[in-house]
Amino acid sequence: MSASQDLWFAIAKAQADHARCLDDDRLEQWPDFFTDDCLYRVTSADNMREGYEASLIFLNSKGMVRDRVSALRTANIYERQAYRHILGQPSILSVEGESATSETSFMVARIMRDGKTDLFATGRYLDTWRREGDGVTLTARIVVCDSSRIDTLLALPL
Amino acid sequence: MAVNGLTQAPPSAWPEGLTRVPFWAFQREDVYAQEQKRIFQGPSWSFLCLETDVANPGDWRSTFVGDAPVVVTRNAAGEIHAFENRCAHRGALICLDDKGRAAKGFSCVYHAWTYNLEGDLTGVAFQKGIKGKGGMSPDFKVSEHGPRKLRVATICGLVYGTFSADAPSLPDYLGEEITTRIARVFRDRKPVVLGRFTQALPNNWKLYIENVKDSYHASILHLFFTTFELNRLSQKGAIIVDESGGHHVSYSAIDRAATGNADYSAQKIRSDSDYKLADPSLLHGFEEYPDGVTLQILTVFPAMVVQQIQNAIAIRQVIPRGPGQTDLNWIYLGFEEDTPEERMMRLKQANLVGPAGYISMEDGCVGGFVQRGSAGAPDERAVLEMGGKTAEGSESRVTEASIRGFWKAWRAQMGI
Repeated sequence: MSASQDLWFAIAKAQADHARCLDDDRLEQWPDFFTDDCLYRVTSADNMREGYEASLIFLNSKGMVRDRVSALRTANIYERQAYRHILGQPSILSVEGESATSETSFMVARIMRDGKTDLFATGRYLDTWRREGDGVTLTARIVVCDSSRIDTLLALPL
Repeated sequence: MAVNGLTQAPPSAWPEGLTRVPFWAFQREDVYAQEQKRIFQGPSWSFLCLETDVANPGDWRSTFVGDAPVVVTRNAAGEIHAFENRCAHRGALICLDDKGRAAKGFSCVYHAWTYNLEGDLTGVAFQKGIKGKGGMSPDFKVSEHGPRKLRVATICGLVYGTFSADAPSLPDYLGEEITTRIARVFRDRKPVVLGRFTQALPNNWKLYIENVKDSYHASILHLFFTTFELNRLSQKGAIIVDESGGHHVSYSAIDRAATGNADYSAQKIRSDSDYKLADPSLLHGFEEYPDGVTLQILTVFPAMVVQQIQNAIAIRQVIPRGPGQTDLNWIYLGFEEDTPEERMMRLKQANLVGPAGYISMEDGCVGGFVQRGSAGAPDERAVLEMGGKTAEGSESRVTEASIRGFWKAWRAQMGI
């Protein structure tokens, strides 16, 4: 396979593993997808368009990613719920040395404890990756939701 | 039998005093309709938008007063106007987007009735018909039709509006203490929008307002706050309730001299844990306010919040969407003079608030817990006796005084 196919494969694999990690409620492993100096943001298409800097979630270190998990596990109150991620194919937007950027669409259904299942969020991941061995690690993930409207609350990461 | 404008008598009379609230107040369509008329379109002022949202002549922004759609404009003379977003013809929306620039005014897409930036009807398509046939009646006068206009007033870059000719002036409506407390957040600085999000709440709008006014719950439901000493009921602070009861301020300052509080530990509240952050940088706010106040939550009756939580500044606009649904619009703010470091701290501290906020996500679901929990009990009553039975401010924040104040103002306007 060519180098670009290897990269595409590595990104698709990392994204699939990431989605499974969240959907399987293995949040403690979620920080492992990020580098120490990472950025994870959740924002919306409107906010991006306006150039607004603030986010629903803004984590700019792996420590903050870990803290999000421990807050969800020990501090925050929300009804039992789970996500199901459906991902599109990644488009690789740029490659520079060991770094690459990609865009991938997603849909997330939210399943509440009483069985109520809704299309909770759709959008795209704007990812920046660092190659590490055969795989890739996220240095930045900007989750751009298509809508700025969140039903009830956004607890689990997208 | 109709009582106080309700289509049916309430299932039970409103209890004496301010300490009981029957759950039917959160459930009934007729109560909701009456609130639109007597409160949102009654003699109260609602937050519409920021002055910077309509910075230049021709700018417009769509918003809501209660569930009524409203357009805010700036006309050629630089004045801010507001009017219903409802065509005088058949009632269609005049403006279909969130914002825009309309130097020449507006034209309804349905039949091209036109409006100027002041909201006056200026033209009717085919008013004289075509080739002498059709057209409006000869006695139809454009000047006699138009969407209802609002009175508009501003404070600290915030635009308020009221449908009512009877509402007092905005300064009189807010009173000096609330005005001063709003000004304290803005400090003559020009606000900059950092983000806008909407949280769809599965509950009556009053349950959210009660929640905002409820300083009793803050350190119990929100563990994040308590553990890191951002807000404990044992901190220095106070509750202010204005004379009408409708507006309130809750504020506190971190008292670094205070050590562990025995009263707190004795309650065995879930929120007394030894939870620690791996990266506590978001708690290292900068000193923005000389008075040392690190938290100030302020409500303007009926449905607007000004928030300062450390350096996270936000406006929350509460829009009722029926008896059991509410939109909460978050507008995160910074200020033009922010340094890059200060701006970064605001972005980090935005994690505390909003639909995903460490200390506010619970507020998005707890109103729904009440709505669902009380669904079968319209005649049962919520109990509001913490801190006494009156609606007066106090130094203690272990009180529900400002919630009682809300009901005092609500009942006065509703005639219930």
